[in-house]
Amino acid sequence: MGTENVPTNLHIDNFIMQSTTLILILLVLMAVAFQLGCRRAYNLPGLGCICDLHSLPVYHGFYTAIWCGVPALLLLGVWSSVQTPIVINLLMDDLPVMMTAGLSQAELSLVLNDIRNLAYGNITSGEVSRELMAVADHYNQLQQTGLAVQSVMVILLALITTALGWRFISPELRARNKVESVLRWLLLISSTIAILCTLGIIFAVLFESVRFFEMVPLTDFLFGLQWSPQIAIRADQVGSSGAFGAIPLFAGTLLISFIAMLVAVPVGLMAAIYLSEYASQRLRTYAKPLLEILAGIPTVVYGFFAALIVAPMIRDSAAQFGVDASSESALAAGLVMGIMLIPFISSLSDDVINAVPQALRDASYALGATRSETIRQVVIPAALPGIVGGVLLAASRAIGETMIVVMAAGLSANLTANPLDSVTTVTVQIVTLLVGDQEFDSPKTLAAFALGLLLFLVTLVLNVIALRVVRKYREVYE
Amino acid sequence: MIVERTAPAEEMFQVIHANFGSTVGDLTVAEPRMTARNVNVHYADKHAIIDVSLDIGCHEVIALIGPSGCGKSTFLRCLNRMNDTIESCRVSGEIRLDGQDIYDKNLDVVPLRARVGMVFQKPNPFPKSIYDNVAYGPRIHGLAESQTALDEMVEDSLRRAGLWDEVKDRLQQPGTGLSGGQQQRLCIARTIAVSPEVILMDEPCSALDPIATAKIEELIDELRQNFTIAIVTHSMQQAARVSQRTGYFHLGRLIEVGKTDEIFTNPQHKLTEDYITGRFG
Repeated sequence: MGTENVPTNLHIDNFIMQSTTLILILLVLMAVAFQLGCRRAYNLPGLGCICDLHSLPVYHGFYTAIWCGVPALLLLGVWSSVQTPIVINLLMDDLPVMMTAGLSQAELSLVLNDIRNLAYGNITSGEVSRELMAVADHYNQLQQTGLAVQSVMVILLALITTALGWRFISPELRARNKVESVLRWLLLISSTIAILCTLGIIFAVLFESVRFFEMVPLTDFLFGLQWSPQIAIRADQVGSSGAFGAIPLFAGTLLISFIAMLVAVPVGLMAAIYLSEYASQRLRTYAKPLLEILAGIPTVVYGFFAALIVAPMIRDSAAQFGVDASSESALAAGLVMGIMLIPFISSLSDDVINAVPQALRDASYALGATRSETIRQVVIPAALPGIVGGVLLAASRAIGETMIVVMAAGLSANLTANPLDSVTTVTVQIVTLLVGDQEFDSPKTLAAFALGLLLFLVTLVLNVIALRVVRKYREVYE
Repeated sequence: MIVERTAPAEEMFQVIHANFGSTVGDLTVAEPRMTARNVNVHYADKHAIIDVSLDIGCHEVIALIGPSGCGKSTFLRCLNRMNDTIESCRVSGEIRLDGQDIYDKNLDVVPLRARVGMVFQKPNPFPKSIYDNVAYGPRIHGLAESQTALDEMVEDSLRRAGLWDEVKDRLQQPGTGLSGGQQQRLCIARTIAVSPEVILMDEPCSALDPIATAKIEELIDELRQNFTIAIVTHSMQQAARVSQRTGYFHLGRLIEVGKTDEIFTNPQHKLTEDYITGRFG
């Protein structure tokens, strides 16, 4: 997370603009290449009819377009990633000896950094000498030249490969198969990107967590009962003990999730049973989408609903009974989160209940069972694995939910089972730890990564269980 | 002054009989368990059953045959009001079980379906243990007073369905793990566990191999001693083997009904003859 060698914004801006323009030009070229390819396939000399071609002309068009675009894009990518290192190498060779003599690697990189900052008009670490100015100018010049050469090379390559692809077109060319295989690669790359991103996120969180656990023992984190991440900067500062016990956070998360599930599971399940077993087809077509609108409300809206309406309501009604309730309570957050999760559970349960074969219901009715007996003793048991899967998915949603709890549950890490108290959750703490300007070498900020990792593991386990259960369910009737 | 209009029974019978003109053969029996008169069934716009009247006698097996979509399954489902579960279905006419109108508004379908059981085309055991499958009916109707009584009931039903010896060592295993023929016999055991008077069978062997089919047919013949059975089948050989009376359905109408051997050797109606001799269907 160091700041060295990070290109400044100006450079990135320049670079992105150049690349975007180039890509746009390439797209236009590809469209032209597509047309050219199609035309050539139609007008191939000695072609009686289109059926003499191995592939339809449109595939020849795609084929030429791919020839035009793919090599040029590859060149663009490679060039963009190697230009800066090469320029820096050139620069190092050209540096006046007096500037580099007797410098260590670290000092050298500082000089380099100064040069680049200077080149982009940023603040440097020391006084600006005339030599440094000259070198910075030189650096700028090299970069500009590099970009210019890049544009020319990329467009030139695109034109050459287009001509090449165009020449390859013949009646025997298996253009369709080639386009298909390129498509396959494209799809493969897309899915790889998704997987790599997930892995990247996991490793980023993992490495930062390892750094955290170098400073705070794992056992303190996992079993500590006190959460107080502020660390004293001065000796006389109060209330900043720097305790990193995650138990109160997970207890708060579990308390709120439990309340949420207590609301969502019965209501969602009964709504699903009503919709799938009792409601007429007409009612169903209207009620189901209406219920699912609940799922479309942004959580931040639920958040202020919880903070501004539900929480004061709970505090006031608790006061009526002479009970002291915090104005930010676990109950408020949990209730509203439960409402948010209703469509989750009802929609998933509705699907699995509908998937129970009608033959089973008929069998039960034919034995003289009433509707509710059939639902209780045949339909629900048969759908149970699917329902459990839905509930677990909703539970992992509840545990990971942030916005509602940030707004409604509070920030104080109380270790309590009283739903009227204010508690805090893992996600809330991650937000508060990372909001604003932070340094990334204090245990306080790194704690966010450890919390994130733990949270990720918990939801991962829940999801795996849910998927397992759902898969098992699928096997029952096949 | 009110004119009494009580016609003699004989005359009444003739009047009624005249209304059944479309059916060839004698649709009445001396000792009916169920009687259907002028039954019409509509699915939304479709007139599925047209004016069907039929008696089902005690301890007889009556086979209902006919081409696909002729309404025989629909008629069967009217007899224990299984059509109630289909939203667009309307039934009119009169169906009586032991003289009691089963479409009476005050009638509860729960005891009706306990008295008129049903076995379906595809074996549909519950995804529960073999024991729980059979015990399901007795449990919901509270037929067994103790666990021992329930055990006996389950064993008795499985024995009568000819399945006991095959499953007695694995009663707690899921019923869905049995073979198709065993599953169907399990469904029959489940049905007879509530001691119905009538058992309706909707093509019970159509998903089974010939050996399993033979076992079920044997079973049907044994069950006739205690139950009245109406069976819908596509196999004319099966109808000939298991039934005493046969009814032939065609496009929603009951074309002909009579003793099974007469229907198969000497059909009266042209349509019946064509179907039986394999000219269509």
